[in-house]
Amino acid sequence: MTHQPKLDLSPEVSEEIRKTTCYMCACRCGINVHLKEGRVSYIEGNRDHPINKGVLCAKGASGIMQVTAPSRLRAPLRRVGPRGSGAFEEITWEEALQTAVDWMKPLREAAPEKLAFFTGRDQSQSFTGWWAQAFGTPNYAAHGGFCSVNMAAGGIYTIGGAFWEFGQPDWERTKLFILFGVAEDHDSNPIKIGLGKLKARGARVIGVNPIRTGYNAVADDWYGITPGTDGLLILSLIHCLLEAGKVDLTYLAQFTNAPLLVVEEGPEKGLILRNAESQPFVIDRRTGMPAPWDGKGVEPDLGAVWQGNRTVFQHMAERYLSPDHAPEAVADRCGIPAARIRGLAAELARVAFDEAIELPQPWTDFRGNAHASMPGRPVSFHAMRGISAHANGFQTARALHLLQIVLGTVEVPGGYRLKPPYPKPMEAHPTPHFVTAPGKPLSGPHLGYVRGPENLALKEDGSPARIDKAFTWENPFSAHGLMHMLIPNAHAGDPYRIDTLFLYMANMAWNSSMNSAKVMEMLTDRGEDGEYVIPRIIYSDAYASEMVAYADLILPDTTYLERHDCISLLDRPISEPDAAGDSIRWPVVEPDRDVRPFQSVLLDLGARLGLAPMVNADGSPKYADYADYIVNHIRRPGVGPLIGFRGDGTAEGRGEANPDQLARYIENGGFYQAHVPEEGAFYKPWNTAYQDWAVATSFYESPQPYLFSIWSEPMRKFQMAAEGLGPYRPPEHLRDQLRQAMDPLPSWYSPYPEDGYKVHALTQRPMDMYHSWGSQNAWLRQIRGRNYLYVPTKIWVAEGFREGDYARVTSANGEIVVPVAHMAALNENTVWTWNAIGKRKAAWALDEGASEATTGFLLNHLISELRPGPGRVANSDPVTGQAAWFDLRVKIERVGPRDRAEPAFPPIPRVVPMGRERA
Amino acid sequence: MTQLPASTDKKLGLVVDLDTCVGCQACVTACKGWNDQGYGVPLSDQDPYGADPSGTFLNRVHSYAVQPAEGAAQTVTFPRSCLHCEDAPCVTVCPTGASYKRSEDGIVLVNEDACIGCGLCAWACPYGARELDLAAGVMKKCTLCVDRIYNENLPEEDREPACVRTCPTGARHFGDFADPQSKVSRLSAERGGYALMPEMGTKPVNRYLPPRKKDRPQEASLLAPLLDIKATGFAGWLDRILGKI
Repeated sequence: MTHQPKLDLSPEVSEEIRKTTCYMCACRCGINVHLKEGRVSYIEGNRDHPINKGVLCAKGASGIMQVTAPSRLRAPLRRVGPRGSGAFEEITWEEALQTAVDWMKPLREAAPEKLAFFTGRDQSQSFTGWWAQAFGTPNYAAHGGFCSVNMAAGGIYTIGGAFWEFGQPDWERTKLFILFGVAEDHDSNPIKIGLGKLKARGARVIGVNPIRTGYNAVADDWYGITPGTDGLLILSLIHCLLEAGKVDLTYLAQFTNAPLLVVEEGPEKGLILRNAESQPFVIDRRTGMPAPWDGKGVEPDLGAVWQGNRTVFQHMAERYLSPDHAPEAVADRCGIPAARIRGLAAELARVAFDEAIELPQPWTDFRGNAHASMPGRPVSFHAMRGISAHANGFQTARALHLLQIVLGTVEVPGGYRLKPPYPKPMEAHPTPHFVTAPGKPLSGPHLGYVRGPENLALKEDGSPARIDKAFTWENPFSAHGLMHMLIPNAHAGDPYRIDTLFLYMANMAWNSSMNSAKVMEMLTDRGEDGEYVIPRIIYSDAYASEMVAYADLILPDTTYLERHDCISLLDRPISEPDAAGDSIRWPVVEPDRDVRPFQSVLLDLGARLGLAPMVNADGSPKYADYADYIVNHIRRPGVGPLIGFRGDGTAEGRGEANPDQLARYIENGGFYQAHVPEEGAFYKPWNTAYQDWAVATSFYESPQPYLFSIWSEPMRKFQMAAEGLGPYRPPEHLRDQLRQAMDPLPSWYSPYPEDGYKVHALTQRPMDMYHSWGSQNAWLRQIRGRNYLYVPTKIWVAEGFREGDYARVTSANGEIVVPVAHMAALNENTVWTWNAIGKRKAAWALDEGASEATTGFLLNHLISELRPGPGRVANSDPVTGQAAWFDLRVKIERVGPRDRAEPAFPPIPRVVPMGRERA
Repeated sequence: MTQLPASTDKKLGLVVDLDTCVGCQACVTACKGWNDQGYGVPLSDQDPYGADPSGTFLNRVHSYAVQPAEGAAQTVTFPRSCLHCEDAPCVTVCPTGASYKRSEDGIVLVNEDACIGCGLCAWACPYGARELDLAAGVMKKCTLCVDRIYNENLPEEDREPACVRTCPTGARHFGDFADPQSKVSRLSAERGGYALMPEMGTKPVNRYLPPRKKDRPQEASLLAPLLDIKATGFAGWLDRILGKI
C-alpha cells in the first residue's frame, strides 16, 4: 500500500463572492464572481438565478479570460494618420468627449439626421434609443436587423410575442418538442436546461435543420431540410392537419381572428369586415347574427358567411388544403420524403389531441366567461435565426406560429408560453417616429410596428427618412432597422449623405457586415475632394476588434465585470413564463485602464450637448453616471428601468425612485422577479387575472386582450396598395415584391434567384463562442480556433476531396479558398462552417500567425449586401429588412492542399500590443 | 511501481449521459476554471494568443460522426476525462508513488510533490486522460474535484465536481458506484450504462449512458382525411369539419 498524502479537503474557496450578470453572450445568466485579493479567481453560475439556475456555459465559465484579455482597449484614441492605417494617439477623456461634442453639436443644430447612431450587441436599447430620440436623429437602431427581426416581428404580428425573451416551451409539461434551425446561441442555457428536462423524462425531441450537430445531434429524429424551405414544410404540415380535421376549432374560434369576416369584394377587399362602429365582429352560432368579437357567451361561427363575406378560417383552410401544399408537392423541394412529412403531421396530431392534458386551475377570460380548468396540448416549438435569416423568413416565422395556433398550443399547458411583458399585441407597440427638426428631439421612439402604409418613414417627396431605409416600401415592417445597410447606404449617399457614424459594439468592418472586404473599402473611400465619403466615425468597444482601426475617435468601454448595466423590462428582460424579471450588472472589479462604461459616457455627452432629458434646469448634468440613471430615470409616472424594490423598497412594478434600489438588487443576487398569479399562468392574452396583474406591474396601462392574427390586416394593406387599391401607391418596381411578400396569410416563396448557384452555404454559431468575442479568450480559442467548410458526402465524393484539401467557393459576389472537412450528417446540397471564427490578422491582440487569421475564414465575403438586379435593393427580407445571411448559394471545387485561406488581408494595425502570457 | 489499494470504501465517479450531452463544452471550461485555482499547480496555457495555443485541460469533449447501417448519419459528442479505474495502470506504472488511488473513495490522484513528470502514466492510460502541464512539469488529471466534494467552505449542494455543477443539460452525474442505491448506480442500471473499453481490463468506475435509438418514427398511423375533398369540394370539407354533416 502506497502512502497517501494528507490533503486539505476544505480549502478556502475565495475571499468574497459578488453576484452579477454574465455577458459572455446575450443570454444574461446570473454568475457568482469569486474574488481573491481583489482579482477575479473563479466564475460559476448563480443557483438562485431564474435564467440559468446555477449552470453556466463554456463561455460564461471562461469570463475570467475575457476580463484579463490583452485585447482590452486602454485609453481614448484619436486617429492621426489615414483611416485604417492604425495611426492613433492616446488622448484624455476630456479631449475625447470634447471632440465628440464638437462634431455632434453643429449637426444637431442644423440637421440632426447627419448623425447616425447604431448599437450592436448591447442590451440597453431603451436607454440608447432614448438618447438618440433626445438628440433628434431618426437614424438609430440596434443590431436586430442583421440578427433575428423576422423572428421577433413575425411573432409580434401574429401572436403578440415570439421566442427567446418573448416566450418559451412549457419545458415541464411538453411531450413533443420540435426545433427548427440553429438555436444553440439564443437562448443558450435555458434551452439546454429545457432539453435536459425533456431528456430526463424521456419526452421526444425532433430537429429540423440541414445540419446535425449540437441540439440536433441529441434529437430523437432529424429532418435534414433544404435551407429556406421550412415554410413550405410547415404549411404542408398544416395541409395534412386540416385535411384530417386535426385542428383545434374551439381555440381557433375563441382566441384567434379565424371567425372574423374578410371583405370579399370592393375597395376594401381583403380587410377585416367592420360594423358601423368600426369594430370587427363575428357571427354567433347561437343566433346566426352578428355579435361583438369580445361579447360574453358568444359562440363565433368559423363557417359563417355574412353578406357574401367569408371568415378568415375559410380563407385559411381553402388556401392550405390546396394540392400545392400537399406533402407530395413539396417533398422534393424540401428534401424530405412525403411520407416523412405525413408522419410528422400524424405525430403532431397524436400528441396534441390524443395526449392532451388539463390543469385543474379555474380562470376567467376577457369575455367574462369562467373556465373550470386549463386544457393543454403538449406540443411545443422553438426557432431562431435558422428560419429567420432568409428573405422569406418573416412569412416562415408566421407559418410556424400558425402551425402552433391550429394545434391550439400557444399559451396552454404543455405548449408555448409567453413571458412578461408579453403577450403584447402589435397595436400596443408604438409606430415609428422619424420627423426631424434642427435642435429638437424626435417626436417619439424610432422603432415601432407599422399598421399600414400611412406609418412608413417617408419624407414628403416619398424618399426614405432613415439612412437604413427602414420602414419604407422596400421593407415596411423593419421594426429593428437595417444596421447592415448603414455603411453601404452612407457610402452611396443613398438616400442621403450623413456626417458622423456613431457605433457601439458592432464589428462592422468584419463579421457583422455582408461583403466585408467591400465595406472596409467604403470606410476608407475618399471623394473627389479628397475627404472621406463617410466623414467621421466614432466607435466605442471594450476590445481591439477589426472595426477599431477604421474609426476616427475611439471611446474605450469597460468589460462586463467593470460596469453597471440594466437588463430592463423596458427592452429585453429576463422574464420567465411565471415571472417578470429584470437584473443588473455592477462593477465587481475596478478597471485597471483609462476606460469608462459606454452608457455613462453617453449620458456625459448628452449633458454636454444640452439634451433636455440629460440636464437640469441650470444646465448641469442630470445623471452622475449610468447607475444614477438606472435608479432615477422615470419613463412614465412611477415606471423606471427596474421594477423591483421601488418606492420604500417594497413596491413592485410601479413606484417612486428608490435610492437604495441597486443595493437591494445586489443583495438579491443582482436580479428581481415579480411572480405571475397562478390563475394567470396560462391563456395570458385572454386571461383576466393575468391582464390585471400586468397592468399592476406596469406592462400595460389598461388590459390589452386581443386575438391572434391568422389574417394580417397590416400586411393586406400593403398588398392592396401594390394591387392599386386604397390611397397609397408603392414605387412601380416594388409592386410584384409587395404583392407576394405581404400576403395576409402565411405563405412561402423561394428566396433564391435563378443564378446557377445550387449549393446552399450556411453558418452556425457554436455553443462555445459568441460571435467574434471568443477569439480573444485564451481558453475558448483552444477549443475552436479553426473552422472548416463542412461538405456533405455527395459533394465530397463528386469533387474527389481528400483530408487536408482546400476548396474554391464561388458565389455571385466573389470567391474564397478555404479548408474543407467531410460531414455525413448534413443535407446533401448544403455546406456550412462556424460563424465568426475567421479573424483579420493582428486583430483581437492575436499573433498574425493565429489559425483564426491564416486558415480561418468568413463566408461574409460571398454575400452581397444588395440583391442582384437594378437599383440598390437590400439583400434582406422584403417584409422586415432582416439580413438574408442564409440565402447564400455557391459553387464549390477542389483546389487540393493549401496552408492558408483566401482572401488574405494585410494585418490590421495594432492598437494594443499582441498578447503574450495569460493572466 | 506503485500499488493500488486492495479495495476502496467508496467508488466515486461520474455518469455521463451521451443521449443528453449536446457537446457545449461547458464542463471543459468549468473544470479549467476551478482547477486552475484549485488542487495542485495551475493549469497552464502555452502561447495563448499565438499561432499554436495549447494548454492543460482535465476534461475534453470530442465529436464523432456515426453512420448506422440504416438511416441518416449521426453526430455523437463524447466528454473524456479520467475514469478513476479500479485497476488503474497509471498508478501501477508510476515509478515514484506520485500516482495513487485513494483507499477511502477510489479517486485517482497525482501527488505533485512526488511527480517527476516522466509521463509513464499518460503512456499507460488507454483513455488519454492525463496531461503533462508544460509549465510545471507535473502530470495533471481529473481529481473529481477532491477539493470541492468534501469542502466544508462550500454549501452542501455545491459539493460536487465543477463539471457536474455547471452542466446545462444535466448530462453529468456524480456519486458512489459502491452504493447500488445511489443515483449514479440506479441511472447506470436503468439506462444501460457501460464502461469504456472494458477489454483493457482497467475496470473503469465512470459509466457512459448510451444514446437512445434515433430516427425511428413513432408508430403512428398516418392521418386519415376527413373525407374525399376532391369529391365534396371545399364546402363539403367545411361542413364536415364544423360538424354540420
